[in-house]
Amino acid sequence: MLSANMVALAYLAASVLIILALKGLASPESSRRGNAFGMVGLFIAVVVTLQLSSVQNYAWIFAAIAIGGLIGAVTAKKVPMTHMPQTVAFMHALVGLAAVFIAVSAFANPVGYGIADGVGSLHVTSRIELFLGTFIGAITFTASLIAFGKLHGLLSGSPVTFVGQHLLNLLLGIVMIIAGVMFCIEPSWMPFLIMLGVAMLLGVLLIIPIGGADMPVIVSMLNSYSGWAAAGIGFTLGNNMLIVAGALVGSSGAILSYIMCKAMNRSLFHVLLGGFGGDAPTAAASGAQEDRPFKSGAAEDAAFLLKNARSVVIVPGYGLAVARAQHALKEVVDLLLKQGVQVKFAIHPVAGRMPGHMNVLLAEADVPYDIVYEMDEINPEFADTDVVLVIGANDVTNPSAKTDPSSPIYGMPILEVSKAAHVLIIKRSLSVGYAGLDNDLFYMDKSMMIFDDAKKACESLIQVLE
Amino acid sequence: MSDALSVGDVVGQGAHAGHAVAQSADPFVMSFSIFILAIFIGYHVVWNVTPALHTPLMSVTNAISSIVIVGAIIAGGPLEMNLATVLGLIAVGLASVNIFGGFMVTQRMLAMFKKRS
Repeated sequence: MLSANMVALAYLAASVLIILALKGLASPESSRRGNAFGMVGLFIAVVVTLQLSSVQNYAWIFAAIAIGGLIGAVTAKKVPMTHMPQTVAFMHALVGLAAVFIAVSAFANPVGYGIADGVGSLHVTSRIELFLGTFIGAITFTASLIAFGKLHGLLSGSPVTFVGQHLLNLLLGIVMIIAGVMFCIEPSWMPFLIMLGVAMLLGVLLIIPIGGADMPVIVSMLNSYSGWAAAGIGFTLGNNMLIVAGALVGSSGAILSYIMCKAMNRSLFHVLLGGFGGDAPTAAASGAQEDRPFKSGAAEDAAFLLKNARSVVIVPGYGLAVARAQHALKEVVDLLLKQGVQVKFAIHPVAGRMPGHMNVLLAEADVPYDIVYEMDEINPEFADTDVVLVIGANDVTNPSAKTDPSSPIYGMPILEVSKAAHVLIIKRSLSVGYAGLDNDLFYMDKSMMIFDDAKKACESLIQVLE
Repeated sequence: MSDALSVGDVVGQGAHAGHAVAQSADPFVMSFSIFILAIFIGYHVVWNVTPALHTPLMSVTNAISSIVIVGAIIAGGPLEMNLATVLGLIAVGLASVNIFGGFMVTQRMLAMFKKRS
């Protein structure tokens, strides 16, 4: 058995390796090595913990690691890249649930964790830590499950709102805190379980009013919560490695939430209030505007424009993921490149259902990452672009975000595709996007709509281009 | 002096904040300091992550937050099977799903990012 100092130093090494894992993600080249650092870090942490004298139950522990590890490994191998948002949401739920179980276990057996006072009850600081760790874990668990259900299509992506919703949440929040305070004064099961149950209910209620398009923010926020939950457990156990890892993940998720909110020009508070956008088109924005004239064309027309262009910029959106059209799109790109057309991709930060969703789909289809550009890099180039191909994206290209102060998305940074000479839009119908808005882009003289599923449209383009 | 700097220490001797030398800070304050410093590190490291890798960032942070497996192993550690042990073992399993799943899916994604040949 290692001495206490050796254990602490090994945990320190693991913490440093975890920091290096995140640092590696600064570029794709260094990221693979970074991931390996992370694995070694976790491995050290687990091995060092296993050799602690209080850990005796090896058969069961190894069985649990083997079963969990096998499920995780098979999932990681099998899951389609289009399903990453819900996979990540589900994993957040698992972290939350694990944190809850650990907290309940620590409360049931405080002596085993060394957090008991002389008479076998909990220290006051430990009570507070346990309270915080449990409720953050519980909210993370149920909120992530609901997010998973929405992303996976088990639940409707539309916001669920009702009268008095925010008041109910506020009351539940107060009940939870009161129960928590009672627990901190007198640690017994009753307030603990009330606090736990209310936290789980709150997790559900906080996410149901949030619509599909806001999911990038929510997934990032739950990522952050899962980190704080881990840090909470770290405080309970007095383990600095858990605190460091949890703080890193917590700040990572918080930064991602901030980036996503900024890319939608909305505050986190506004997103959390919910009720914005749904999967179904809202009535308000359609109607009269749909009578406006627009041009539509067939794959032949689109292919003609594309292959005669010098430069093409492709703007993918969630529709690409839904139709799983990334491989077909890559074939279109290859055919264009063969014709000598310069092709680039433009990614809006909130395209898809999680940060970086489009980049992963394109990478899966073997699109080299150095022709994939972020919004700020590509926006100055649209004016020099012959053809923009918008595929499965809508709101992120809507010029009214720049021109119409009365638009609900006014001020949101967009991909300025309307500056290009021609715009092709592949879309199943003229229906509104998630913000429930009509898109002026569709009615411009330079625009042509191709009404089809993203994948079928790409397949037709391939046929014509070949 | 290494009060509660490690789980081993705490488990071995029992928390003894009350007996700490007058000059040394409470273990909670030490932990809290580390917590705040780690947030700063996280802030600077994560702003440097390229937006193209934000999805792998989320999946790898999933694996990293599953470091709670350390707490789960301690909870499931005693040979005597009771509520605390069983919950600990379940938590070990849940965290393992994430550790293996998180790192492997991240590796799978990162392997896809290639430059123009």
